Amino acid sequence: MRDLKAVGKKFVHVMYPRKSSALLRDWDLWGPLVLCVSLALMLQGGSADSKDDGGPQFAEVFVIIWFGAVVITLNSKLLGGTISFFQSLCVLGYCVLPLTVAMLVCRLVLLAGAGTISFIIRLIVVVAMFGWSTLASTAFLADSQPPNRKALVVYPIFLFYFVISWMILTFTPQ
Amino acid sequence: AAGPGPGPAGGGRSGAPATEWGGFEDNMQQGGGSAVIDMENMDDTSGSSFEDMGEMHQRMKEEEEEEEAEGEAGAGEEEDGEFLGMKGLRGQLGRQVADQMWQVGKRQASRAFSLYANIDILRPYFDVEPVQVRARLLESMIPVKMINFPQKIAGELYGPLMLVFTLVAILLHGMKTSDTIIREGTLMGTAIGTCFGYWLGVSSFMYFLAYLCNAQITMVQMLSLLGYGLFGHCITLFVTYNIHFHSLFYIFWLVVGGLSTLRMVAVLVSRTVGHTQRLILCGTLAALHMLFLLYLHFAYHKVVEGILDTLEGPNMPPFQRVARDIPVVPNAVLNTTAKAIALTL
Repeated sequence: MRDLKAVGKKFVHVMYPRKSSALLRDWDLWGPLVLCVSLALMLQGGSADSKDDGGPQFAEVFVIIWFGAVVITLNSKLLGGTISFFQSLCVLGYCVLPLTVAMLVCRLVLLAGAGTISFIIRLIVVVAMFGWSTLASTAFLADSQPPNRKALVVYPIFLFYFVISWMILTFTPQ
Repeated sequence: AAGPGPGPAGGGRSGAPATEWGGFEDNMQQGGGSAVIDMENMDDTSGSSFEDMGEMHQRMKEEEEEEEAEGEAGAGEEEDGEFLGMKGLRGQLGRQVADQMWQVGKRQASRAFSLYANIDILRPYFDVEPVQVRARLLESMIPVKMINFPQKIAGELYGPLMLVFTLVAILLHGMKTSDTIIREGTLMGTAIGTCFGYWLGVSSFMYFLAYLCNAQITMVQMLSLLGYGLFGHCITLFVTYNIHFHSLFYIFWLVVGGLSTLRMVAVLVSRTVGHTQRLILCGTLAALHMLFLLYLHFAYHKVVEGILDTLEGPNMPPFQRVARDIPVVPNAVLNTTAKAIALTL
């Protein structure tokens, strides 16, 4: 129960990003694992074209998220960050939450049909959640950098969430 | 100070287990007799994984503080003994296990230390400010005029690495806008593989050529130069993936690609002596750079091209497919004909 409560508290911190140290101090990787697995599961069952299979495989989503998080962590450490390896992984993993919510919304919208209007709705939702993710993770990570190098750390985070948002947006069900 | 200190502690430890378990009584007396030797072995368990890695580092680094480490090791070993529940650590088996644990712990610590040191090796290449990165990005499009004086190349890896990742993102975006439902996972793998393969592979190849042609350039500088040259590629692909005009692409290819190629070539020329060498180096670099842009555009643009070709009238191939008119025959006629043929056979 104590661990569940800690995970739940971190989820709340991500949704309302304020400069609190709870996410950083007691890092855990349960939340990121749950989010990553649920996102990868929801991205299954993409439409199969006559040429190839559709949709990223489970392992690919997993590898991309974790490999991307590791690269960003290494980058922020090399730029002189004061945050530890696992703390950074924890923050980046938890900030995938808005994008998972976006994926859920997209799936629901696609149940209603796959026309232009649904595409516009999905686009707006995904872009909003992408912005929220980036802002949330920046609020936590940028503080650990020297003040003049924040842009250098924010850019790879932006690219990372952009790739995940692209995977979500281009998901078409069978 | 090492001897007397652990002595009483060792003696104290040998006292307690004797009352609980008499299995190692003989060994314990040996242990009690050779307290100093035992402490050396006991000392070794301080390198076990139970203890903090940081303390291990310190021990390896500062050998003059062995006494301090041994003191900590004594305390750590007591905890180890209690944790393991093996009061017979002073036995032969215990000593061997302790030795083994120390070896493993030391190996782990040295591996961890070398891994940490590897990150530190890369640290000076990431020591940049945002203004510097921006300045270098813009400079990569401006060819230098002075080729008789070796031009300075900043050995920095942050900019090139970010540009490679940006190129991957742009390629993914371009595949989406070409409206194909492809296996997105391997697409990502292909994009990452292509971009990194180009950056690392062509850099290594050019470094090898530069070595043959006696050019004054290091590997990191080559990586940096080529990486910043990808900025032109990023711009070109970003624009032409959103505006699908062939002629626009060719203009961008020549102008933007050409400018970045000219800059890289000029910098290389300024660092090479001899006409033949300059020609070899610059020709190879220019060819590879421009051809890569062409490849990226066309390999990932195949499907759109196909669609465009069918729309443009004059470009249609001369061979025309004409639909064959198959006469529609009612099923009943077919069945009776088949039965008739079967009866005659």
